[in-house]
Amino acid sequence: MSNIFSSSIGKKLIMSISGLFLIVFLLLHLSINLVAIISKEAYAVACEFMDTNIFIQIMVPVLALGFAIHIIYAIIITLKNQKARPVKYAITSTAKASTWASRNMFVLGIIVLGFLGLHLAHFWYKMQFQHLVMGKEIAPETGHILISALFKQPLYAILYIVWIWALWFHLCHGFWSAFQTIGVNNQKWITRWQCIAKIYATVVAVGFTIIPLYFLSGLA
Amino acid sequence: MSNIGLNLKLKIWRQKDAKSKGRFETYEIKDISPDSSFLEMLDILNDELIRDGKQPVAFDHDCREGICGMCSLYINGRAHGPDDDITTCQLHMRKFKDGETITIEPWRSAAFPVIKDLVVTRNAFDQILQAGGFVSVNTGGVPDGNVIPIAKPKADESMDAAACIGCGACVATCKNGSAMLFVSARVSSLALLPQGKIEGARRAKAMVAKMDELGFGSCTNTQACEMECPKNISITHIARLNREFLCAKLQD
Repeated sequence: MSNIFSSSIGKKLIMSISGLFLIVFLLLHLSINLVAIISKEAYAVACEFMDTNIFIQIMVPVLALGFAIHIIYAIIITLKNQKARPVKYAITSTAKASTWASRNMFVLGIIVLGFLGLHLAHFWYKMQFQHLVMGKEIAPETGHILISALFKQPLYAILYIVWIWALWFHLCHGFWSAFQTIGVNNQKWITRWQCIAKIYATVVAVGFTIIPLYFLSGLA
Repeated sequence: MSNIGLNLKLKIWRQKDAKSKGRFETYEIKDISPDSSFLEMLDILNDELIRDGKQPVAFDHDCREGICGMCSLYINGRAHGPDDDITTCQLHMRKFKDGETITIEPWRSAAFPVIKDLVVTRNAFDQILQAGGFVSVNTGGVPDGNVIPIAKPKADESMDAAACIGCGACVATCKNGSAMLFVSARVSSLALLPQGKIEGARRAKAMVAKMDELGFGSCTNTQACEMECPKNISITHIARLNREFLCAKLQD
């Protein structure tokens, strides 16, 4: 194990593991959110579960740590990679050779992170944070009230959807890339992982897009 | 075969030596046969420069048949120019249009410093190989063929990786200046064979450590390297290197 994390591959292993952890989290987040468009009452139950369940309470700081590690190592690796080419090319035409997402993971990450701050302020701060950190009791209906109030604003709903599709690009590359870095890949699996990545990213993005559209359309 | 000569404008990186600051200079060249190779076109340019009493453009080349890995050049934004699965010596002028401006740059990497004009030193690759890209054997008599059975698919994959000519196009193309395709090809070709497997763990650790030390970037799996590799080496070899390295490290 000596110096594993000081090596370039070790640092990328951290990116992969933390990325895969966040990928699992996104599925959980999506499944809870989708409850909101199925039934208001069921969503209140889901919100109460997320607020009071002991496992979730343990996982909140772990999740925050997962985000922090993913972001910190992204910065460390990106800075090191910048140094590897001190003089830039006058002309580069790499568009054909690689996907746009793969070349712009850091920028996509910044977009995702930027809106994440806003997202946390709008929802998490007013819900889980108030209970877990401030010790206040939160009515289980709060979640649904917040969602419907925000998503009925067209500008917010559109920004949210743009954010989710930036995440789609990030996930399309990040998902299969994680398995490549861990070493779980070969000639057969590379196309399979890339296909699974697209399916996963699309499920997540479509799922998260349906919710603001549902509220915006006035169905709620 | 077209006999209409091409008139071209060449924007070439000129740099006196490793310490000097370089700059682009523009040259005009006339009546180049579309059937000549890119390096022949540069030979013609240099011939003209020498006749005019000017310094010829320094560029790397050796075998001129795509197997030595010496020729480099980043042409119009692509390693080895606008064609697939070739080295620069295999690039033909028919890939360019009459009147076109061609921008020619050296490989850009902190680990491949420019020595002169378009020539970079790829000594970093040699250092990585010296760190572990070999099989230690006691010399003796020639062993009989097929004494050690090797499965055909493994032998094939090993040979695919061994096709690497160490040209450095992977590093030049990678947006991170990563040498992972090169290192993985060397590690993979040996790790797949029983003779190479024995030193597999030590090799992966030593070569990756050297690669990191020399200032190459980290792989972010963009796949640009395999697209520009003249020998079409797959990034699945990088997955094998990751596997070899991580398993070796976890055992320590």
